[in-house]
Amino acid sequence: MDAFSQLLNGFAVALTPMNLLWCLVGTTLGTAIGVLPGLGPALTIALLLPITFKVEPTAAFILFAGIYYGAMYGGSTTSILLNTPGESATIVTALEGHKMARNGRAGAALSTAAIGSFVAGTIGTLGITFLAPVVVDWALKFGPADYFSLMVFAFVTVSAVLGSSAVRGLATLFFGIWLGLIGVDLQTGQARFTFDLPELLDGINVIVVAVGLFAVGETLYVASRYRFGKDEIIPLSGSLWMTLEEWKRSWKPWLRGAAIGFPIGAMPAGGAEIPTFLSYYVEKKLSSKPQEFGKGAIEGVAGPEAANNASAAGVLVPMLTLGLPTSATAAIMLSAFQSYGINPGPLLLQSQPQLVWGLIASLFIGNVMLLVLNLPLIAIWVKLLQIPAPLLYAGILVFATIGTYGITQSPVDLILLYLIGGIGYLMRRYDFPAAPVIIGMILGPLAEQNFRQAMTISAGDWTVFFTRPLSATILALAALALFGPKLYQLAMRPKPDHVPGDA
Amino acid sequence: MTSGSPENPNARPRPAIGETIIGAGVLVLAIVMFWQAMSIPVSPLYAKVGPTVVPLMTAAALGLLGVLLLSDAWQGGWQPEEEKTVTPDRAALLWITAGLVLNVVLIGPAGFTIASTILFVCVARGFGSKAIVRDALIGAVFALIAYFGFATTLGINIGSGWRERDRTGDRRGGRLTWTLSRNFSTALRSRSLR
Repeated sequence: MDAFSQLLNGFAVALTPMNLLWCLVGTTLGTAIGVLPGLGPALTIALLLPITFKVEPTAAFILFAGIYYGAMYGGSTTSILLNTPGESATIVTALEGHKMARNGRAGAALSTAAIGSFVAGTIGTLGITFLAPVVVDWALKFGPADYFSLMVFAFVTVSAVLGSSAVRGLATLFFGIWLGLIGVDLQTGQARFTFDLPELLDGINVIVVAVGLFAVGETLYVASRYRFGKDEIIPLSGSLWMTLEEWKRSWKPWLRGAAIGFPIGAMPAGGAEIPTFLSYYVEKKLSSKPQEFGKGAIEGVAGPEAANNASAAGVLVPMLTLGLPTSATAAIMLSAFQSYGINPGPLLLQSQPQLVWGLIASLFIGNVMLLVLNLPLIAIWVKLLQIPAPLLYAGILVFATIGTYGITQSPVDLILLYLIGGIGYLMRRYDFPAAPVIIGMILGPLAEQNFRQAMTISAGDWTVFFTRPLSATILALAALALFGPKLYQLAMRPKPDHVPGDA
Repeated sequence: MTSGSPENPNARPRPAIGETIIGAGVLVLAIVMFWQAMSIPVSPLYAKVGPTVVPLMTAAALGLLGVLLLSDAWQGGWQPEEEKTVTPDRAALLWITAGLVLNVVLIGPAGFTIASTILFVCVARGFGSKAIVRDALIGAVFALIAYFGFATTLGINIGSGWRERDRTGDRRGGRLTWTLSRNFSTALRSRSLR
């Protein structure tokens, strides 16, 4: 009940003309970068971080959230028409959606993706509305030791469980934590890992790292294999109106997708990949026409798209209530909070109700805008796909350079940007996930802060993390998540022709 | 998970070169980190959890992961089959790298527009575009639009060469963006955690 009246206040904030405009700009920009291959929400929000010094927090977060939601909508268009999933979360959409487009049903695929995204996005946002206050009540009991353990848990799940390899995921995570440690230690004033470069005393800017990995690294990677395959764009075909049968086959997958996506996204583990795959398999199992799967089954678009958007909404729950980002985009949003001097966490809902509820209300409004932007206006976005790759990627690199160089006008930042870009290229080529770097970089210093606070409170007693029941439980879960799969594998080993699927 | 070929467990997989280099790189980074962390002076006031505790833990973790990566590499590596079959397009990478290096070198002395245009042309060339004049024109226009877009909406002042100085004209405007950019860069860099 309280959440409901708070939400109404939020709508009062979000419905002011200026905030509506920010929402429109965000959703439009988000759709555009979602459609364009090579650009994603993490990169875009990173490049726009300097805006936090010009506009008030509510407006900035409405803009960022619009980009975040919009990219999810736009990404599905590219998956369906181009078969190059912009993000791992839209791989499944490409699976069936692209087949549908080839069969001349691109219109129906785009419709079920957009409406499914709307339905699931709205359900997911409702989920935030009612779940966030509950999580806050629970999180208020957390001490620094519990927070530290929770962050360890998030580190483990984000890097070791969600990717294809625990070792590689953790390696990139610790690389990110190291990047986060560079600079002056806030507690003691000691310089750490600065290699006597004065430019590094203030730390490495997250913009440099995000843009390096997601713009420079990605461009290098795409260029290195560009001549081997040219994607063909499937022209928009078939009516956008779904037939009665298509509606009938879509609505249940939408709801199931939302039901799968939101809880998984809201867990401090996050990740949009697992819910989309899970939804795909559920739909395949439940479908009355399983033989159509792999040839363009509409359920295979409707379900995963819904799951994707609902989990994107879910990710905002731990971010807003615990200050715990579980995706690269959420991590960059957290750094936006930090640059305002706001600490996301259980107190955020009380200290900044205008901001939080305005943001949540704008998510509802943004979803409506996105439905309009992505269905009647779809033809405009399809045009974006026709930008030739040489110009697109050249533009991305020029933009990335301005965005980074503009922060400090320091060539050191530019060199760092390109070096990290090179590392990003190698990471792509050798199958290292990029998101743990950003999460480690943002969350690492916070984890250290909680670690030191906990140790100070316990007067240097290391066992504090294992004697507090909450902290011990979370650490046990983290250990289970880290070693469980390996132990399971060992236990299963005797079977001779069992080949573990390491996709 | 990635150990060897599942079809024939007795065949000794050959060490993978790329993966070995990466594993070794991670290990070297961990050693450098360890050595750097040891050189951080610790005041006795913070002896319990001083500024070196987390860096040392990070270095140790990275070192362990480096060893695990090396052992994976010696057992045949982990690169996906699909990735192994593709030889990267060296010429494309070279063009883009050249563009990036030229950009770093030129952005100070020649100004943002010229450096960006060169970068634009090089990247487009890396992606196979041969219309250098067209790319240069598009690149210059794009760079100027992006420059003024960033300068006006975000208040960033990108180091201006002769081209931008001509156009920015109004001194007060320039001053304002400069101050703004100063403010936000200091605030952003201090990444306050409180």
